[in-house]
Amino acid sequence: MMKRFSTSGIFAFLRQYKKNRGAAFGLVLILIFLIFAIFANIISPYDPLDIAVGPPLQAPDAKYFMGTDDLGRDVFSQFFFGARLSILVGLLAALTATAVGLMVGSIAGYFGGLIDEFLMRLSEIFLVIPAFFLALVLLTIYGSSVWLVILVIGGLGWPPVARIIRAEFLSFKEREFVDSARVIGVSKFNIIIREIMPNALPPAIVSATLVVGIAILAEASLSFLGLTDPSAVSWGQLLFRAQKYLRTAWWLFVFPGLGIFCTVLGINLVGDGLNDVLNPKLKER
Amino acid sequence: MAPGDPAYMIYGGGGYLPPEVISSIRQDFGLDKSLAEQFYLYITNMLQGNFGFSYAFRAPVLSIIAGRLPATMLLVLSSLGLMIVFGIFFGVSSAKKPYSIRSNAITAVSLAGYSLPEFLIGQVLIVLFAITLGLFPTGGMYSVRGEFNPIVDVLWHLALPAVSLAFGGLAIISRLTRASMLESLHQDYIVTARAKGLSERSVLYRHAFRNAMLPVITVISLRLSALLAGDLLIEVVFSWPGLGRLLFDAMAKRDFPVVQGMFFLISITVVTVTLFTDIIYARLDPRIRYSK
Repeated sequence: MMKRFSTSGIFAFLRQYKKNRGAAFGLVLILIFLIFAIFANIISPYDPLDIAVGPPLQAPDAKYFMGTDDLGRDVFSQFFFGARLSILVGLLAALTATAVGLMVGSIAGYFGGLIDEFLMRLSEIFLVIPAFFLALVLLTIYGSSVWLVILVIGGLGWPPVARIIRAEFLSFKEREFVDSARVIGVSKFNIIIREIMPNALPPAIVSATLVVGIAILAEASLSFLGLTDPSAVSWGQLLFRAQKYLRTAWWLFVFPGLGIFCTVLGINLVGDGLNDVLNPKLKER
Repeated sequence: MAPGDPAYMIYGGGGYLPPEVISSIRQDFGLDKSLAEQFYLYITNMLQGNFGFSYAFRAPVLSIIAGRLPATMLLVLSSLGLMIVFGIFFGVSSAKKPYSIRSNAITAVSLAGYSLPEFLIGQVLIVLFAITLGLFPTGGMYSVRGEFNPIVDVLWHLALPAVSLAFGGLAIISRLTRASMLESLHQDYIVTARAKGLSERSVLYRHAFRNAMLPVITVISLRLSALLAGDLLIEVVFSWPGLGRLLFDAMAKRDFPVVQGMFFLISITVVTVTLFTDIIYARLDPRIRYSK
């Protein structure tokens, strides 16, 4: 059951993935929001931070598709720039978590013994640190910064990835192809990176995907408490500012809320779909 | 260091503060000592049950926390109850007939449930049930005029926050219950139980669920820190007078003794619950033995 990705493998993968309608829908959602995020500066009719481009608290109409906020800024433009920042936070946090997880998991799984013991205990310690509260206190002490949010969510999100990778390494390192690589004198580093890692990666992808969603939600929650940079436009920031107008201006929180919901839903659906394809043993679930 | 010198916060008013006032405030609150010294004093006091004195509330931290604890316990435990009871019920009934309309609906709702931040669920419920329909209060724990039976009044205020806090966990529990039920329903002993002529309910809950329960217990304990984080957000959204709001206010006011006390409490709670889960685990599943 070698699971290396070749081109024909990718097509087979897509064929199987497509069967899961929810997952296909999720992928479409994500692609739409990725386009929003990448082309935010082209799609947006106004600068998201420009005040008084319209009358304040104008309800959605033909000119301002999502209305304007209390300072007359265009919510439609803010929505796209919000997508950019929220998705960026999610991706970078997931990338951090995955990078650390791959490193820790592969070292623990390949070398075993005391190193393994130590790294796994370490991952248990990280697993019980309440990420949200740590982010809360760090943001209060060191001031609001998007990078800090990414670092905390990513830096605490690696244990699940590490554990999966470790388990895969434990089973793969005993296989013949690894033995043969060792016999012909491939270095340990290359065995880990080029021989085992490509095979161990697929199951870890699922839990890496989920970190993206977790990070977006965490950023939104921290912003909602007013702890992130007020000059940065993220969906969480928009929701934070919308609080005062909950009774009067529904468009201020409905659109960013929908943005978060659709993106995270898309990610979770894709995660589910990938899980079905990459972990076929669990398919019945 | 931190933006916002506690001395200014203790003084209260803004504007210019003469240096001698600042230094006298620092002296009163022990802020003039070195960090190491402050830390040493904090630890020794803490071990004697003294968690310091709040700058903002001008009261011992422990008594402030103790005063807020019941409100938070009420909210957290009731939403924990909601998510466990309904999560398991939905999960089991969805595993009974997988891929039926009912099961797919439950799957869809639970996917939506953890794709939303808690505070947003809270806000949506406020707009729908409090502002538009006027069925529930928008926040707080008591009515200003105590015209109702006080217990009914608190429950009436509790409904929306408890439901919003329960939503995410409920979704995860029901999903996991479904998955692990599907697995245990394939086992031979289920066929035996059915062949014995047991009722469907007995098969589902007494045979299949007992074995499907373990991963569910793990996820409840792993969700604890998420639950506490959600509690903070929900308390802020609904102005619930509990610990979450206390922590939030204390951070805004740079009331570090309260913040430290709260973090100590959160860490102790998370560690204790994790430990207990491990012990319960071994009791529930005789196959698990902790030995070396």
